[in-house]
Amino acid sequence: MSLLATTPRPPAASPWAATLTLGWRAMLKIKHVPFQLFDVTAFPLMMTLMFTYLFGGALAGSPREYVQYLIPGIVVQTIVFITVYTGVGLNGDITKGLFDRFRSVPIWQPAPIFGALLGDVFRYTTAATMVILLGLVMGFRPAAGVVGVVAAVALIILFALSLSWMWIIVGMKVQSPESVMTSSFLLLFPLTMGSNIFVDPRTMPGWLRAVVAVNPVTHLADASRGLMHGNVAARDVVWVLVASAVVTAVFAPIALRMYHRER
Amino acid sequence: MIPAIETTALVKRFGETRAVDGIDLRVERGAVYGLLGPNGAGKTTTIRLLATLLRPDGGTARVLGHDVAREPAAVRAKVCLTGQFASVDEDLTGHENLVLVARLFGHAWKGARARADELLAAFDLADAAGKQARTYSGGMRRRLDIAASLVVTPELLFLDEPTTGLDPRSRNQVWDIVRAIAADGTTVLLTTQYLEEADRLAGRLAVIDHGRVIAEGTSQELKRSVGSNALHLRLDDASHRAEARHVLRRVLGAEVHDGADAASLTARVHDPARLAEAVAALGAGGIAVAELAYGQPSLDDVFFALTGRGSEDAVAAPAASTEKVA
Repeated sequence: MSLLATTPRPPAASPWAATLTLGWRAMLKIKHVPFQLFDVTAFPLMMTLMFTYLFGGALAGSPREYVQYLIPGIVVQTIVFITVYTGVGLNGDITKGLFDRFRSVPIWQPAPIFGALLGDVFRYTTAATMVILLGLVMGFRPAAGVVGVVAAVALIILFALSLSWMWIIVGMKVQSPESVMTSSFLLLFPLTMGSNIFVDPRTMPGWLRAVVAVNPVTHLADASRGLMHGNVAARDVVWVLVASAVVTAVFAPIALRMYHRER
Repeated sequence: MIPAIETTALVKRFGETRAVDGIDLRVERGAVYGLLGPNGAGKTTTIRLLATLLRPDGGTARVLGHDVAREPAAVRAKVCLTGQFASVDEDLTGHENLVLVARLFGHAWKGARARADELLAAFDLADAAGKQARTYSGGMRRRLDIAASLVVTPELLFLDEPTTGLDPRSRNQVWDIVRAIAADGTTVLLTTQYLEEADRLAGRLAVIDHGRVIAEGTSQELKRSVGSNALHLRLDDASHRAEARHVLRRVLGAEVHDGADAASLTARVHDPARLAEAVAALGAGGIAVAELAYGQPSLDDVFFALTGRGSEDAVAAPAASTEKVA
């Protein structure tokens, strides 16, 4: 039995090839375990149906009017929720020993991280598509058309990627993928509910309005609504871009340094 | 020729624990070398240091001529590691796992798929190629894991406890694989808790305890250090053990120590001619024997000879003296 390769060894993989390959792996995981996409998307979809038909009339006059307001925000909530999978996936790789293999292979060392983020972009896009399709069925009609919707989703993904860096840190710190999930709800629930995704904050008490006003998710929801309906305020888009840049600038270097450190 | 591995006073600490406490190793190329020791002896940490997954806190280690601390990338380009826990992606199929690793080693998609097919066939996994690795048995996972380490031919392959937890048939398959790899010219460093495994596979081995090498040599040399073969006994009644120990010591005139469980004993036999006499003496004393085995010493015997205690106690007991065999 000859086990060893008979062909000459190929030249080392380029950083881009390694990253792309690990992104391909992330997509295969979604293909084989679609549940990991559905369990987080199902919740926002339920919220969409519930809020629209239960409260839509009371909140915005009619469900049909409310769905115009809600869908861009639900896309934000959905994607922000699934950012946690960056940390869950990373933690699973570490606890199962896969990271030892990646780290002992002669590749550009951060490739597994960037590959995972590449898979995340695919995951975010898929989830956004599902929510928007449901919205269209329910009567969502974005005035800015396809271009506006694509621009909004791109902005949301950009913000989500900055959040992913935080989950990478959590994923390296905690003991099990389950603890990543648990810690996520403590952060993501207040972050998405304490915003203007569901209702206009005008009726909220003053202190809560103050919280909602500084929550980056509020600005992201405003920017997405504006982009999808063609009445975007540049201020909101800039706010989101700056917030994403700051979060990335703070957390990406920490995450990469932690990743390079041995464990 | 530059040796495959050369370490000098290698140290790795985790907090207060010195997991590797001054290991000196020299492994020549083109053979299977065994690191033998009980759980917690520092075998895995040593392998992780050599595979550049950990940085040493003291001493030096050169792998295939490259310093692990200063030239980790050069080391990674020449070695492969199969860790203690089968590090395959359970969500992916066997084929996808191998394509993934082949791509990371620089194969183009087409070449990666071809190499994956070759390896699946060679490792008797072709039938399960399209199944997710989570459905594989322990032995299949192990084979897939080792296959992933052979996507390109490493000059040095690290195998960390390749057969721990496998059934006898899978263990034999892995042994055949290790022999085939070595026969093709790759140096293999393997860790094991089993003397039998080291005996069958490794040309030379180092016995590790408390992060130190306490003996080094061929397995024959190590066994000779025990000086004699061993008689392993299990009594019907554990309460007779002290009495049995006394009888064996008197008749065989040799050391007798307690075995792994409360009813077992191990005696060194310097003079096989007195074996029958010893067994008869036990019978005469009314001590019933449930099991009896006579043969080459086990790791436990080697350990006892080197440290004065069994390998089972190795983690809890204090550090032992260093002894160089051969």
